Amino acid sequence: MCAIAGYLQNRSSRQSEEILFEMIGRLRHRGPDGSGAFFDRGVALGHARLSIIDPQGGAQPLASEDGSLWIVYAGEAFNYLELREELRRRGYRFATTTDTEVVLYLYQEYGPAALEKINGQFALAIWNRRSEELFLARDRLGIRPLYYTRSNGRFLFASEIKALMADPDVPRRLDPDALAQVFTFWTTLPSRTAFRGICELPPGHFMTLRGAALRVRRWWHLPCPPIEERWGGTFEEAREELSALLTDAVRVRLRADVPVGSYLSGGLDSSIVSVLAADAAPGRLRTFSVGFEESALDESSSQMEMAEQLGAEHSRLLVTNEAMREHFVDAVLHCERPIARTAPVPLFLLSEMVRRSGYKVVLSGEGADEVFGGYNIFKEAKIRDFWAREPGSRSRPLLLQRLYPYIFQNHERGWAFVQRFFAVSPRDRDDPLLSHRIRWQSGARRLAFLSDEARAALGEDPLAALSDLLPTGFGAWGPFERAQWLEMTIFLCEYLLASQGDRVAMAHSVEARHPFLDVRIVEFAARLPPHWKMRALSEKRILREAFRPLLPPRVAQRPKHPYRAPVREIFFPEKPGSLLQHLLSVDALRDAGLFHPDRTTHLVRKLSCERGASIGEGDAMALSVIASAQSLHYAFVKNSLRPVCIERPERIVRIDGDQRRSAPPPPSRVAAGEHHG
Amino acid sequence: MAEVRSKVRSFVIENFLFGEEANLSEEASFLEEGIVDSTGILELVEFLEKEFSIRVADDELIPENLDSIVRVESYLMRKLARAEDGARTSFTLPSGA
Repeated sequence: MCAIAGYLQNRSSRQSEEILFEMIGRLRHRGPDGSGAFFDRGVALGHARLSIIDPQGGAQPLASEDGSLWIVYAGEAFNYLELREELRRRGYRFATTTDTEVVLYLYQEYGPAALEKINGQFALAIWNRRSEELFLARDRLGIRPLYYTRSNGRFLFASEIKALMADPDVPRRLDPDALAQVFTFWTTLPSRTAFRGICELPPGHFMTLRGAALRVRRWWHLPCPPIEERWGGTFEEAREELSALLTDAVRVRLRADVPVGSYLSGGLDSSIVSVLAADAAPGRLRTFSVGFEESALDESSSQMEMAEQLGAEHSRLLVTNEAMREHFVDAVLHCERPIARTAPVPLFLLSEMVRRSGYKVVLSGEGADEVFGGYNIFKEAKIRDFWAREPGSRSRPLLLQRLYPYIFQNHERGWAFVQRFFAVSPRDRDDPLLSHRIRWQSGARRLAFLSDEARAALGEDPLAALSDLLPTGFGAWGPFERAQWLEMTIFLCEYLLASQGDRVAMAHSVEARHPFLDVRIVEFAARLPPHWKMRALSEKRILREAFRPLLPPRVAQRPKHPYRAPVREIFFPEKPGSLLQHLLSVDALRDAGLFHPDRTTHLVRKLSCERGASIGEGDAMALSVIASAQSLHYAFVKNSLRPVCIERPERIVRIDGDQRRSAPPPPSRVAAGEHHG
Repeated sequence: MAEVRSKVRSFVIENFLFGEEANLSEEASFLEEGIVDSTGILELVEFLEKEFSIRVADDELIPENLDSIVRVESYLMRKLARAEDGARTSFTLPSGA
């Protein structure tokens, strides 16, 4: 999958090669198999490689045949074989068998429109020596990360924030507005990061830089097609189409010169992916899963049943609370954002096992819940919309009890409060954020944990900031489509794909591939009527029906079991002298200045007491945000947790003024030819 | 009576407002002001049962009894008075009483 980094600066500024070397060095966990650097006047490109396709010939940075374009690329274009054929017919010749070269020539041929042709997950940078323009782009859903910042006349970009901080001039400060967003949404909103002055290129966007001019443009939207573009066929036809599309989405994701494994959670989505992979791949499928000590969270029996049916060689990692506690900070430093859920930690540990087993690519079932309506929040929105049409109804709110059986173990007790909590009025049906408002307002309550200074520095209300991002006409969409857009834009793209996806997998040099997020599936599913996805309160109907014959009945019928990891249990009982205890101490809280020491101490006391275990998860999640933000502060702002690795790349290309060169030599020929960049 | 109110207030401040007592009105609705959520109310009930040695019956667990400091106080006073009178410790109060 790899990592990219680089910078663009004023030509007259002193070129600092060490900064690029350090940037690459900080990213080697993403690319341990090779590294390269390219220097032209004012521009530097760096690459750390995880070799998956063409291990012998895929070194980067890579130049076009005429030497005018240089690319660093992290990702996969799963349809690269088809695209290469298309380019070959147009006269392109290829020196390697990599998708990188295909992407480069695709850009040479089509300019930014090339992105629309790629079915994949990527972040890339292309330097055009002729127009002196730098082009950066990110895949549709933001499966691969890309950050940037400006400091002291230098524009820097990289796959991870820690690489940007190789430049000592880059400011390093956690952003109170970002913390407020994390408390509210469990993540920052698109383009914002936890650090002030550091931005993320949002999913489906590209940017160009020429001199000091920076332009950011969206190249893909989450689809919400108008009625006339909706699916015109029958349910059965749609089911067959889905089956064919997903089979192909898995097939192209098995393209690799190394073996591909599969995550197996025991749920519907990863089971479907694994079944399709077992059918398509030669040999025995290798599967991996996570198990927990707490039986309410553990799904081992379903995992075993599925692995047995597949005849897979299966490995299960039992993640203890102790292991969670020990690796919480490590996982956070890879996520580079405060986390309200601890679910990234087990996946961080799982990728370590995958890597140790000799695998560097895994398939996952990520995305199915968003694309096909698997989450309770979609059902909750549906029930509340239904209830709002008749707010006096006694029976309509009772449907909520079917969603959260763990809250309603005793249906009578506290029901009046729950009903009041979820209460709706007819006016609420016009609220564009109805589906998520309760959850977010509860989260916003935790802003009280910010220090007085951090609260005083808040620039914008998180919900107002979100309202600014809503697409035109959003209010007129149906309730399901609105909830789905919010869930995908915020939770999937900004949280899941990073903190439970790329970052924790790449921490151990493992690339995750998500067949359900194949652009063909996402766009196809958007054309289907909502009730084919969620019928009454049954989730993912069409998916279930399309693949029922391939699954054990228990897996096919099993209702959604959300993947959750223990939260409170990893903080308590407190371990004297531990890093976590230190990060949450009054001294450390005061020193960082982000959180209110007294209120945080109250929170710790509340959760640590005997009855802490019966307290709602919201408080424990607040503590997770605080502990993870403190970890980031000490690691990134105070630079006190981790030694920095500086490494000279194996391959360096220089085309700068002083003509210093190292192997391989830069291209000497600049051929004439049309360029659209 | 003042002692009951003070204990409830301290619990709410300690447990739901994490020590920040500014602006806590004693009439404020816990739900409407976002002081507790749907599960937080069970924490309050657990506290009342333990602190005042009572049992909050299922049908007493309603906003009319428990959704503000003054409502909790009033509920408790009635409950404790009944207990002193030797009445059953678990009974139904009329809604809004």
